[in-house]
Amino acid sequence: MAPLPPQVPPAHITPQPRREGIHLQVNGKPYLHAGDPDMPLLWWLRDYLQLTGTKYACGIGDCGACSVLVDGEPVHACLTPMQTLAGRKVTTVEGLALADGSPGALQQAWINEDAILCGYCQAGQLIAAHALLQRHPRPSEADLDTLPNLCRCGSYPRIRKAILRAARARAGKPENPA
Amino acid sequence: MSELDRRRFLKVMLGAGGALIVGLPLRALHAATPPLPLALLGDNWTRLSAFVSIEPNGRTLIGARAPDTGQGVRTSLPRIIADELDADWARVEVLAMPLGVEDDNGKPRWLYGPQHAGGSRNIAEAWQDLRSIGAAARWLLRQAAAQRWNLPAERLGTHAGWVIAPDGRRLDYGELAAAAAQLQLPDAGVAPKPASDYKLIGQPAGDVDARAMVEGRQAFAFDQTWGDGYVAVIARCPYAEGELAHLDDSAARAVAGVEKIIPISVREASGLIGDVPLAPGIAVLARDTWAALKGRTQLALRWRARHGGDASTAALTQQAELLLKGAPTTPVRNDGDFTKAFKAAAHRVEAEYHVPFVAHATMEPMSCMALITSDRAHLIAPTQSPRRALGIVQRLTGLDAGSILIEMPRIGGGYGRRLDDDYIAEAVLLAQAAGKPIKLLWMREDDMTHDVYRPFGVHRLAAGTDRKGRVEAWQHHLASTSRLWHRGVPASQLWTSEMQSDALPAGLVPNFQLGWYALDFPLWRGAWRAPSHDSNTFAIESFLDEIAHATHQDPLKLRLALLGAARQWQVQGVTFDSGRLAAALQRAATEIGWGTRVPAGHGRGLACAFSAGGYCAHAMEVSVQGGKVHFHRAVAVVDVGRVVNPLGVDAQIMGGTLDALSTALKLEITVKDGQVQQQNFPEYPIARMRELPRAVEVIAIASGATPVGAEDLGVPSAAPALANAIFAATGKRLRRMPFAAQLARMG
Repeated sequence: MAPLPPQVPPAHITPQPRREGIHLQVNGKPYLHAGDPDMPLLWWLRDYLQLTGTKYACGIGDCGACSVLVDGEPVHACLTPMQTLAGRKVTTVEGLALADGSPGALQQAWINEDAILCGYCQAGQLIAAHALLQRHPRPSEADLDTLPNLCRCGSYPRIRKAILRAARARAGKPENPA
Repeated sequence: MSELDRRRFLKVMLGAGGALIVGLPLRALHAATPPLPLALLGDNWTRLSAFVSIEPNGRTLIGARAPDTGQGVRTSLPRIIADELDADWARVEVLAMPLGVEDDNGKPRWLYGPQHAGGSRNIAEAWQDLRSIGAAARWLLRQAAAQRWNLPAERLGTHAGWVIAPDGRRLDYGELAAAAAQLQLPDAGVAPKPASDYKLIGQPAGDVDARAMVEGRQAFAFDQTWGDGYVAVIARCPYAEGELAHLDDSAARAVAGVEKIIPISVREASGLIGDVPLAPGIAVLARDTWAALKGRTQLALRWRARHGGDASTAALTQQAELLLKGAPTTPVRNDGDFTKAFKAAAHRVEAEYHVPFVAHATMEPMSCMALITSDRAHLIAPTQSPRRALGIVQRLTGLDAGSILIEMPRIGGGYGRRLDDDYIAEAVLLAQAAGKPIKLLWMREDDMTHDVYRPFGVHRLAAGTDRKGRVEAWQHHLASTSRLWHRGVPASQLWTSEMQSDALPAGLVPNFQLGWYALDFPLWRGAWRAPSHDSNTFAIESFLDEIAHATHQDPLKLRLALLGAARQWQVQGVTFDSGRLAAALQRAATEIGWGTRVPAGHGRGLACAFSAGGYCAHAMEVSVQGGKVHFHRAVAVVDVGRVVNPLGVDAQIMGGTLDALSTALKLEITVKDGQVQQQNFPEYPIARMRELPRAVEVIAIASGATPVGAEDLGVPSAAPALANAIFAATGKRLRRMPFAAQLARMG
C-alpha cells in the first residue's frame, strides 16, 4: 500500500465566523443545532446526537418517557422546541453517570433493586427521580406518590425502593439497615 | 420431545483462539446464514450456530434465543444453561440470538428451538432443551480435565467456572476450552444435573441489561440507525374495513426533508397479510423523524368505511344483550342437566359482567427497521413472533427463509400485541418501494387506534346451590367479539379463543353449561395477556364471591369446598393439581389475615386462577374514599413450580398484578362511527404511581415441579380480587370494567 502523502499545515488560518444556529450544551459538551428551530429536543437528541436513551412514547408531554433536565429542571423533550434551548444545559440519562463513568447513586440503586422490567420508560423515570431527590433529598412515601411518569409494566414499587435506596446512599447511610 | 433434539443436534466446535463452542450445526451451508453476534462465531461462523462459547480467558458467552419484552428471559434462559454448566455468572455475557432459520427445500427449518415471547411458555420450553446445552459443555470440560490430570472424570467436580480435582487442584474452564472442543459428546447424551446441585437456579438475579438500561445504552429497535435510510411514519385508515377516498400530498411533499410519499394498499382482499391484519395507509418517508412527522400533518386525506362506518361499542352492548336472550351460537359444554338442577336449586344466583375492549399500549410503540435487497432481507424487529414475521417477509419478498435475517432487540413491552406483525409488513413494503433501508415508527395515536384489541364480552352467569350451599348448577354464557374474527377461522371455531371448555369450575359442578354467542364488530382483535383467562376469571371469580355472599358462606371456604380434595386432571392440555391451587389460595388468605378483624371501612377480597400451567391467588385489602380505591395491601401467592429466578418471578407477578389493576380500574377502548375514540394516554389513562399499591407482596410457593413462566400469571385473578375487596368494603358489586365510572358515582 502506498504511504499517505505528508500533511502540510496551511500557512494562514482564517477564523470561521461563528455558525448560525442554536448553541447549547448536552451532558457537558457544546453542540450546535442548525436545522429547523421548531424541531423538538427529543428528535434532535435521537436522530442527530444518537443519544437514544431518551425515549418517545406519547409525544404530547404526558407519559414522561422523554424526560430530560434543562438547567437542572425536568422537562418533556417531546414538547421542547430547539429554539427555546439557546445557551441552555441539557442533561439526558446518558449524562447521569459519575465523572469516572461509573453509575450514579440513582442508577446504582436502580440496578440493585432490579427496577427494570421492559426498561423503555426507565430513562424518563430516572430523570424524574433525579428531580424529585433535588426537591426532597429524603423523600417520604407521599413524595414518591407525586412521581408522574407512566410505567406500563408495573415497576412502580421497585422504583420507589430504588429512590429510597439512592436517598440513603446519598445521605451516607448504610444501604441495608438490616 | 422438544423441537431441539439434543442428542442429534448438539455439536462441539473449536472456535477462534481455542474457544469451546457448544451449539447446533447447520446441516447445509448457505450464503445468507444469519450471522450470530461476532463473539459467538469463532472461525466457523459460516457453519456454526451456538449457545455457549467459552473463551481461553474464561469469558463465557451464552446466547439468549427468545426476545425479551420485559419478561426477563434474557436473564433467566441463559441462567438455566449457566447452572448446568456450573459457570461463573460474573463472567457470563449474554448475547441476543437472531431468528435461527435455514432454507429446507423452500420451507424454513428452525435451528435454535422455540424463539418467541408469548403465552408465558419460554421457561417451560427452556427446561425441556436448554439444560442439555449447559450439561454437554460441562461434560466436555470435565472430560478434558480428566485427560489432563489422568483421573476418572467421575471423580472431578465443577464449580463457578472451574474443574476441581479431589486433591483440590483446579483448572479454569478457559484453560480447558481448546482441549474440550476436540472431544466428542456421547451418543447417549448427557444427563442434566440433579436439582440438589443447582447453584444459580433458585437464586435471585438482576436483569443482565440493567446497567445498559440505566445508562441509556440499551438499544431498542427504533434506537438503531441505518446510515442512508429513511424514517417513515404512516397515516392509516381509521376504519377496520375502509379505503382511501381522497389524497392530496402536495403540501406534504413540500416539507423540507420529506423524500417520498408511498401508499400502502392491502393487496389481499381479506385485509390480511397472511393472517395478520394490515391497514391501508399513506407513508411519509423523510430524512429525519421530525420532517416525517411534519410531512404527515400536511397530508390532505379522507378515508371511507367499506363496512361498519356507523359501528359503535354502545350498539355492541345492545347487540350482546339481545343475543343473550336466545340460544348460543356455539354450545361449548353441557354436563348433567343445568336447567333442571337450576330450577330445583335451594338458592339461585344470577349476574352479568361486562369486559370492554382494551389496548396493549406497550410503552414502546410499534416500530421496525427493514433493509431489503433483491437477494436478502435484514430486519431489526421488536416482535414476539419472529417465525410468523419471517412468513410475512417471505410472502412479501419471495425470498427463501435462509436469506432473511431477523434480529430481535430488547422490546419495550409486548403483552400479545407483537404476536401480530403488521408493522413488519409495513416496513418491508416501504423498504421495497423506496429502495432504501426504512426505520418505521408508529406514533402513540397510531398504536392506540390500530391495535388488535382484547375482545369485548358480556358474561351472563347463573348458579344454583343446594341447602348446604354446594354449587350444583352452573351456567356461563358469553357474548363476545372473537379474536379469531376475519382470521380465516371457520365460524364453528370462533369460540375457541373466548372460552376453554375445561376451564374451572368445569369438572367441579355436576350440572355445568357453557355457551358462546358470536358478536359481529368491525375492530381487529388479538391476544392480550393471558388471553381469555383475564376476562373470564374476572367474571367467574366475581361470581363465586357473589354466590358465597348470597348463600351466607365464607368466600374462601366456598372456593376450597368447590376444589375439594387434592387431585390431578388435565386442563387446557396440562396437568392441573387442585391441591396446588387450594394451597395458593389458603396461603394468600393467611397472609392477608383472612377471618381476622378488618379496620373500619376496609374490605378484603380473594380470587385465584390457573393459567399457562401456573397457579396464582390474590388477596387485597382496600377502602374506597372520594370515588377512589386505596390499596392497603396487595398479596399475590404463586406456584410456578421450581423458581428459576426469584427476583424475576417477583417482578413479573408484581407487574402483572399492577397492570391488571390499572386496566380494571381505568381502561377501555370505545368505538364511535366506526373509529376508535382513544388516541393517547390522557384518554387511555394507564395508572400512575399514586393510584396503585405501593407494594405487591409476592410469595412463590417452594416447589420442585417443572417450572413454568410467570409473565402473565399475575394478571387474571387481580381484577376479581379487587372487585371482591371493594364489595367487602362498600357493599357495592362492580360488574362492569373499567370500575372508575361506578367508583366515581359511589363518591
